Amino acid sequence: MKSTKSTKALLRLLALLMAFVIIAAACGDDDGDDGSGDDGGSAVSDDAGDEMADDGDMADDGDMADDGDDMADGDDMADDGDDMADDGDDMADDFSAAFLYISPIGEAGWTWAHDQGRLYAEEATGIPTFFVDSVNDGSPADIEAAIRTLVADGHDVIIGTSFGYMDTMEAMAAEFPDVVFEHVSGYKANDTNFGNTFGKIYQPRYLTGMIAGAATETNQIGYVAAFPIPEVARGINAFTLGAQRVNPDVEVVVQWTSTWFDPAIEGDAADALLEGGADVIAMHQDTTSAGLAAEAAGARWVSYNSDMSEFAPDAYLASAIWNWGPRYAKIISSAADGSYVPGFYWGGYEDGIVDIGSIAADVDADVVAQVEDIRQQMIDGAFAVFSGPLFAQDGTQLLAEGEVMDPGMLLGEAFFVQGVVGDIG
Amino acid sequence: MIFGLTFPETAVIGLLFAAIQFGAMIYLASLGEMIAERAGVLNLGVEGMMAMGAVGGFVFAIETGSPWLGLLAAAVIGAAVAMVHGLFAVALGANQVVSGLALTIFGVGLANFWGTDYEGVRPEVQFADVDWGPLSDISWIGRILFQQSPLAYSAVLLGFVTWFVLNRTRGGLALRAAGESAATADAAGHSVLGLRLFAVAIGGAFAGIGGAYLSLSISPGWTVGVVAGRGWIAVALVIFGAWKVRRVALGAFLFGLAMALPNRTESFDLPWDPILWSMLPYILTIAVMIAGALVLRNRPPAAPAALGLPFRREER
Repeated sequence: MKSTKSTKALLRLLALLMAFVIIAAACGDDDGDDGSGDDGGSAVSDDAGDEMADDGDMADDGDMADDGDDMADGDDMADDGDDMADDGDDMADDFSAAFLYISPIGEAGWTWAHDQGRLYAEEATGIPTFFVDSVNDGSPADIEAAIRTLVADGHDVIIGTSFGYMDTMEAMAAEFPDVVFEHVSGYKANDTNFGNTFGKIYQPRYLTGMIAGAATETNQIGYVAAFPIPEVARGINAFTLGAQRVNPDVEVVVQWTSTWFDPAIEGDAADALLEGGADVIAMHQDTTSAGLAAEAAGARWVSYNSDMSEFAPDAYLASAIWNWGPRYAKIISSAADGSYVPGFYWGGYEDGIVDIGSIAADVDADVVAQVEDIRQQMIDGAFAVFSGPLFAQDGTQLLAEGEVMDPGMLLGEAFFVQGVVGDIG
Repeated sequence: MIFGLTFPETAVIGLLFAAIQFGAMIYLASLGEMIAERAGVLNLGVEGMMAMGAVGGFVFAIETGSPWLGLLAAAVIGAAVAMVHGLFAVALGANQVVSGLALTIFGVGLANFWGTDYEGVRPEVQFADVDWGPLSDISWIGRILFQQSPLAYSAVLLGFVTWFVLNRTRGGLALRAAGESAATADAAGHSVLGLRLFAVAIGGAFAGIGGAYLSLSISPGWTVGVVAGRGWIAVALVIFGAWKVRRVALGAFLFGLAMALPNRTESFDLPWDPILWSMLPYILTIAVMIAGALVLRNRPPAAPAALGLPFRREER
């Protein structure tokens, strides 16, 4: 009696799983189709569904038919895994690059900015590019699985765009010496095939700080901050210094959220800052919810990652934005012709990897002119954001008149400058 | 100043407002789960049903231009997705834990897939906060209680309706009987299958509404990961609330506080590490579980006696 019962239960479980596999397989197919349509021919391998479809015998026919389009574009991923090993070898004629994203591309934000860079690089180099999105950067197993699939599919360059991919990419780079790995936003590299890329986003943050400092009437700017790490602190400090340049009385109040991507929390933190008296909101996370909160409260907003003016048109003031395209084109083309040299790349305005997005029409023309002037100095390499006299939050002097912050201190910036209100933990 | 902490008025009001908002969202999902569990069905698919409600509510609101139609769609979609669990766990008697977990994975995945074209789309349609006229102007409670989203009031109303139906109607008695002793309910002439399917569907509808609360009111718009584990908190809250409407409501408010407070450390001038702060809801869960276990250790278990047990008439 007992055994028949458990056999029955097992059979039911199996039926359940089969049902989900069929549905998942169907979804995976559609997804791939959609992506290739939208992205002008580049295939999308963003779903476990694809793999499932490959394994499930019942989905084979339909799958092949669908993948036909992709194959025409020279996509070796559609080869269904039978001859994966072969794919890796004939790279001469099908050199390709793949990107790992932490979130969906959406219409704005961190991942969207990277995807713009990918599209630019594809256009500029003529080398096909692919991407996998929503790869959880807190799960080494997921990252490794995604990378192994990309390597097995024969991609020659793998670019990972989230901090948490770093250690897994380092290990994979050691295991696959013929593939070039480039990690964005980390601090590790090797001598052969694993490099690091990031940009001095604090430069445009300084400029947006100037605009915010001129816009505030309460002299209180709220900053919805992600995690207390140097990259975030550097942005807050540069923003504050910019605001102080045009408005010496300004305060920047920091509220941490411990999130990169949680709209409910980030919007609520913005609400709390607005309730506390801030009338301009700046933020570091990847969602637009802080801007929506500012818009709802009739306040102003500085966005990050990409120009988000259309999401909160009344609140929007300016944005600090990324321009990854030229850098990605360089990585991919140098990997293709064998001249790739890994290292620590940290470009700024002089390389055009960062910039300021559109500026709201109602910003004072005099302020815009000042911003434009400093921006030009940054492009010319003649302006250092962190230069003396510079004081820490508690009033101790960090840099004397005429001193410029050295790169080590800049990279490890785990303090706040004077004028920032808040704890860095 | 109490214990060296400051309590600025605006921050306290903001905290209580946000706590009710977050609490009501979790409360909706929790109520639904409680109804299903009172009928004897454990449904661990709340996270998936909320995700489907969030994306479905947003899509329908955008396409029809009405947040109310979006909300209706979210409830219907939540109930429909819950029927996957109904089919396997109730009708076919499969393992409820496995089927519920599968529903979470399936629901979240399907929601992400459906939402692809709506990812990050500007939320032109959303619920405006209710204006109760003079009531909304009262200092303190005007902002805290009478300027909430319509969904907060729906949550309160549904709480009362749930309590009344479960405890004061024959149908509610039959539903509870299905969860305490399915064979008895069956012998009394009720269809255990029908009652349980109904409870699971209502649970799904409530979870769908909870999801739509996120996408149409709290953080308008759809994005992958918007539910962010809150469905699991809703499941935990049912145990936390000992399957009673009032205690679930209290628990939901506490969790709302725990969700809102870490976003206001600066307003309250709280000196602790921000990451420690975000552990608060989880520390709270563990603390209440331990306290509950200590207080209730000599009492009969609060869980419905037939919770998680499939009912097969022929095996009575």
